[in-house]
Amino acid sequence: MDLSYSDDHEAFRTELRTFLDERLPKTLADKVRLGKRLIKEDHEQWHAILQEKNWHAGHWPKEHGGAGWDAVQRHIFEEETTKAHAPRIVPFGVAMLGPVLMAFGNDEQKAYWMPRILSGEDWWCQGYSEPGAGSDLASLKCEAKREGDHYIVNGQKTWTTLAQYADHIFCLVRTSKEGKRQEGISFLLIDMNDPGVEVKPIVLIDGEAEVNEVWFTDVKVPVENLVGEENKGWTIAKYLLTHERTNIAGVGFASEALSNLRRIAGLEMQDGKPLIEDALFAAEIAKLEIALMAMATTNLRVVSAAAEGQAPGVESSMLKIKGTQIRQEINNLTRAACGPYAMPFVSEALEPGSNIDTVGPDYAMPSTAEYFNNRKLSIYGGSNEVQRQIIAKTMLEV
Amino acid sequence: MNFEHTEERTMLSDGLRRLLGDVTDLKALARGDYGWSTDAWEKLAEMGVIGALFSEEDGGFGGAGFDLMVTFEEMGRAGAPEPLLEVVLAGGLIAALGADSQKEAIEAIIAGTTQVAFAHGEPGSRYDLARVSTQAEKTDDGWKLSGRKSVVTNGAEADLLVVSARTSGEVGDTDGISLFLVPKGTDGLDLRDYPLAGGGRGAEIEMTDVTLPADALLGEEGKAFEAIETANARATCALCAEALGLMETAKKLTMDYLGQRNQFGQPIGRFQALQFRMADMIVEVEQARSAVINLAGHLDDDRKDREIHVSATKQLVGQTVKMVVEESIQMHGGIGMTMEYDLGHFARRATMTEHRLGDALYHLGRFSRLRGAA
Ligand SMILES: Cc1cc2nc3c(=O)[nH]c(=O)nc-3n(C[C@H](O)[C@H](O)[C@H](O)COP(=O)(O)OP(=O)(O)OC[C@H]3O[C@@H](n4cnc5c(N)ncnc54)[C@H](O)[C@@H]3O)c2cc1C
Ligand SMILES: Cc1cc2nc3c(=O)[nH]c(=O)nc-3n(C[C@H](O)[C@H](O)[C@H](O)COP(=O)(O)OP(=O)(O)OC[C@H]3O[C@@H](n4cnc5c(N)ncnc54)[C@H](O)[C@@H]3O)c2cc1C
Repeated sequence: MDLSYSDDHEAFRTELRTFLDERLPKTLADKVRLGKRLIKEDHEQWHAILQEKNWHAGHWPKEHGGAGWDAVQRHIFEEETTKAHAPRIVPFGVAMLGPVLMAFGNDEQKAYWMPRILSGEDWWCQGYSEPGAGSDLASLKCEAKREGDHYIVNGQKTWTTLAQYADHIFCLVRTSKEGKRQEGISFLLIDMNDPGVEVKPIVLIDGEAEVNEVWFTDVKVPVENLVGEENKGWTIAKYLLTHERTNIAGVGFASEALSNLRRIAGLEMQDGKPLIEDALFAAEIAKLEIALMAMATTNLRVVSAAAEGQAPGVESSMLKIKGTQIRQEINNLTRAACGPYAMPFVSEALEPGSNIDTVGPDYAMPSTAEYFNNRKLSIYGGSNEVQRQIIAKTMLEV
Repeated sequence: MNFEHTEERTMLSDGLRRLLGDVTDLKALARGDYGWSTDAWEKLAEMGVIGALFSEEDGGFGGAGFDLMVTFEEMGRAGAPEPLLEVVLAGGLIAALGADSQKEAIEAIIAGTTQVAFAHGEPGSRYDLARVSTQAEKTDDGWKLSGRKSVVTNGAEADLLVVSARTSGEVGDTDGISLFLVPKGTDGLDLRDYPLAGGGRGAEIEMTDVTLPADALLGEEGKAFEAIETANARATCALCAEALGLMETAKKLTMDYLGQRNQFGQPIGRFQALQFRMADMIVEVEQARSAVINLAGHLDDDRKDREIHVSATKQLVGQTVKMVVEESIQMHGGIGMTMEYDLGHFARRATMTEHRLGDALYHLGRFSRLRGAA
């Protein structure tokens, strides 16, 4: 077994580091490092810088305008960019819709939408979940009725991440109530500037409004915006979910969070000594580090299998469970490390452009926000319970 | 052994539950724009709740560990952010150490007209009670204080602060710590007031040459540590009882939700994966209740036994808080993560109890040290 990267991969890593060194704006990296909230312009700025190098969607094949990275390169990219405190690439266009269009879109759709994703001209969001359809996605009700050249869409989506920034949403909609529930679902692209679309923010327990409700009232969508066949959207949904779960382990995020934790534990004092010298605290960090070392390798095993063309199946569920557990535990310990200064909460101080001072050390308030915000990791993209079901169903012969 | 509360305490608890149910604005709390309510405070005073935190000889009608337990469990159950814990700390210290003239303040505290806070923690002191570096210097006609106090709950709203400062010794020594009564608005006090993640408010207090009269000294010079530790033990009991109440509500909300939320054509509570976790949560909350009972019943033990119970209880409750908060949110799915839904407030407030008076890991270490030396 060879645990090292190939020369090509090492060269890619070096190129990437130089690029990040030269092109990642310090203002952006500082924001990310300090846990400040990013706004649309921040993401757009970074996407544009990446796109100059064709790296906004580096993993897309060259024929579609990507850089044709393999899975290992994509992994290296994620590792290095998190380490450098680059903003994450907003996944909805490049990591979700892009692959769907490549696999299911017709030529016109590919030609029209894909360059717009690359250039950042369109900002996409994901309209799957509804108030009554969470884990049980197939029970979705949002309806699209065909009338001539259009679908008329009525219904509601919820938990739509960053819909406030989006001008387009890809939706699962009900086009038939006959037969099995899964067989009446279609995959539809909707312009959010169309009349009848309304977005309402939902504030989460960390005080930030990153998710939204999206309402549709008699929204007219041209039939050209149907991806794949009518009533065959479920296949696309499942395909997309496996793409949503790539990089689900979040090794880069976890490593970054762990070194942040180490840094904080070195600065915080307990009984006159740095907290990190407390044997119990150090042992908790050590346990997480050991778990992360193993997970990084589990992740690489899956990544290299994928690079050789094997589709990750049950492995992505394993990575999701373990990855979210580790990250959430790091967040928990980081909050604990901050001691009493984890309590002050001046939400506005985390807002973009705010000149309000945080209270206590600059890392304390974001650590509380991040702990609560990252409870989402085990809920979205298919909850950890759902992942356990998948593992059990696949592996158990009952 | 009788594990039932006395009739008086049961009445206190029932009355408090009704009162807080009426006056606690959970929606405002969830939005984070409700420090605490003066209306609720007045009603708490009227009902005698503040008096229940003091013994008869101090002018109250309770003050025992189980009075603290009953009162704070209900505060937690309602998610109420009113600064009652500050009464246990600052009020308790005035009662324990005050001269007769200083103790006059207690009447006004019990009546609800004087707000108090205990300014003790400092940047870098974390949970160590002896790590005081604020300096108090004796002057011809009194005292002069300089230093910085951090995350002083209710600091800005307090009419009267109990401030710790060092009159001798090194940072970390238990000897040499003194307490002072500092009225609101005293010159040289610079306050920054802010909201706390779990409701209520805190303050950073900067003291530059705060000049105080001789009779500002509370108790004997340099000998306050024992009283601070005792007040802290009582406050830990109160805080753990509050956490217990918060967990009871989080648990109830989750049980209700498992019965109401349908996915795959049935209530999610029918899935064994969730049933078992709910069952574990119920078991752990009962363990936490027992831990709080243990502490409430041992508050009057000698120092060593009492402190073993303090650390045992805070450790176990802290560990349970984490489980209950995380499992409750998880079993609610997306709804559990929203500000609008009540669980969010209970989750935040319960989690924040970990950041006061020592977290689970801190007390695990302290418990082993106390036990090891037995
Ligand atoms: C921050 C955030 C961002 C999100 N972003 C998006 C987005 O951009 N687009 C989008 O479409 N959706 C998004 N989601 C929605 C997310 O995918 C759903 O929250 C998730 O699928 C869970 O659904 P639910 O919240 O309705 O919980 P429910 O499905 O009601 O689940 C409640 C609890 O029951 C458990 N449960 C459910 N069924 C079973 C079962 N059969 N066996 C055992 N346990 C079960 C769940 O695991 C969970 O613990 C987001 C959610 C969050 C929190
Ligand atoms: C040391 C020892 C002493 C004993 N002494 C006595 C005795 O004196 N008299 C006597 O009559 N019996 C005795 N027993 C038997 C004991 O009561 C049984 O072992 C017990 O009831 C479990 O039954 P089982 O071993 O057939 O396991 P199973 O019932 O086959 O269970 C196997 C596993 O499946 C789980 N499981 C089963 N049903 C469910 C479900 N619906 N949901 C979730 N999980 C489930 C179980 O918890 C277990 O983990 C003894 C057993 C032991 C090991």
